[in-house]
Order: sequence, then structure tokens, then C-alpha cells
Amino acid sequence: MNNHVSLRFKAIPENESFARSAIAAFCVPSDPTLETVNDIRTSVSEAVTNSIVHGYGTEKGDVLIDAEIIDDVLTVKVVDHGKGIIDIETVTQDFYTTKAEEERSGLGFTIMRTFMDSLEVESVLGAGTTVIMTKRLSNA
Amino acid sequence: MKVSAKLNKDNLYVFLEGEIDQSVAGELRIKLDEYLESVKVKNVILNMRLLTFMDSTGVGLIMGRYKKLQQKNIAMFINEPNKQIDKVLKVSGLYSIIPLI
Repeated sequence: MNNHVSLRFKAIPENESFARSAIAAFCVPSDPTLETVNDIRTSVSEAVTNSIVHGYGTEKGDVLIDAEIIDDVLTVKVVDHGKGIIDIETVTQDFYTTKAEEERSGLGFTIMRTFMDSLEVESVLGAGTTVIMTKRLSNA
Repeated sequence: MKVSAKLNKDNLYVFLEGEIDQSVAGELRIKLDEYLESVKVKNVILNMRLLTFMDSTGVGLIMGRYKKLQQKNIAMFINEPNKQIDKVLKVSGLYSIIPLI
């Protein structure tokens, strides 16, 4: 069964739990393993946290998530219209963080890359960032 | 998110309950520092039996507490993480400095 869902919510940390739970619940009818659901839940949390903490920071805005399942493969797109990323290659390196003083681990992209089947980052400075991740939901 | 602590001789057991993400990080950091600064112990054990979710925000927060304790020669350990949290901790390499017991 092919399916899709879209979410739009205020970019505040209180919405992170809702966002990761909603996308996890969206995948359940495809009967993924618990580990797969948890990988998706964690990766969505990382992408949404990046949008809120780094994309918007103290600015106001919305985070959009488009998720679709086609032939048992989940594609989830997390979009913000925040400040964007200057150098995607540097920012996505393990342990790289622009906010070390806030005790950020610099592991968000590492987790997304490790837990999902694919990760793509598109960003325009001053216009926002889009993270696209895919994950096969069936064991086959 | 709830946090409580129990002191047993040289060990401080900190019990984490609920979910750790950006929405609770600030408050949790303050509570943990209160516990960690108020006692003289050799070991701090973070018990995660009732912790249902943690992302990399939690890793940063734990590393921050570890660095503070390290200056006082206090060791930190992790106990009973669920599979989701265990995977995050493994990928982050945290077990090399904060062993799983």
C-alpha cells in the first residue's frame, strides 16, 4: 500500500516528541521491526532538532515534514525555512557542532546517516534546509 | 521527564524516566548538576531502565556532566538502557568513556 502524510508545526522543542511519534505511527501499517521504527523515530528527532536549534534558533517559523511510503520504502523530508547551512560537508561530519558551548554532541547527522538507508541534505543560505531520508520498512 | 537519585555509600544512582530531547534538556541539566554538585561520591551511575527515548541532545548533555565529574575524579557509568538508547550510545562512542555496567 502506498501512502503519504504531511505535517506542519511550530518550530519549538515541545513539538519534537509529536513529530517523531507521528512519523513512527505512520510507518506501523507496513509492519516494520521495532528496531526500524526506532531508527526512524530517532532520525526524525535529529532532523527536527536541527531545524529548531540551528535552522531557526531564536527566530520563529514552522517545520514541515512530508513522508511517503512507496513499495515499502519510507521517504521522509524535513524542511525548515531557517538560516540554512554554509558548508554542508563540514556540518555533517561526525562530532562537528557550531554550538559546543551548549553541550551539543555534533552527532545528529551521524545518527541519521547510520540509522537510515540514505541521507540527502539540501540547503540555501538564508532560505532554509531540507533533509531527505529513506528507509526500507520490510525485512525482505 | 523525571529524575531522582539515591545515595549508597560511594555511589550515586541517578534514575532517568521518560524521554530526553531538546524540550527537556535545559531543565534536566540543572537538576542533574544539583545532584552531582551536592554529594561526595566515587561513582555516578545513570540508570535508564525507565527512560523510553533519547537522541543526540541527550548524548551532549551526558558528555557535559561527564566532563564536570572527570575534573573531580568521579567515574560515570550507564545502566539498563533500552535498545533504542543503546544504539544511540554505541554510535556516539559514549561507552568508551562512560562504560555500560
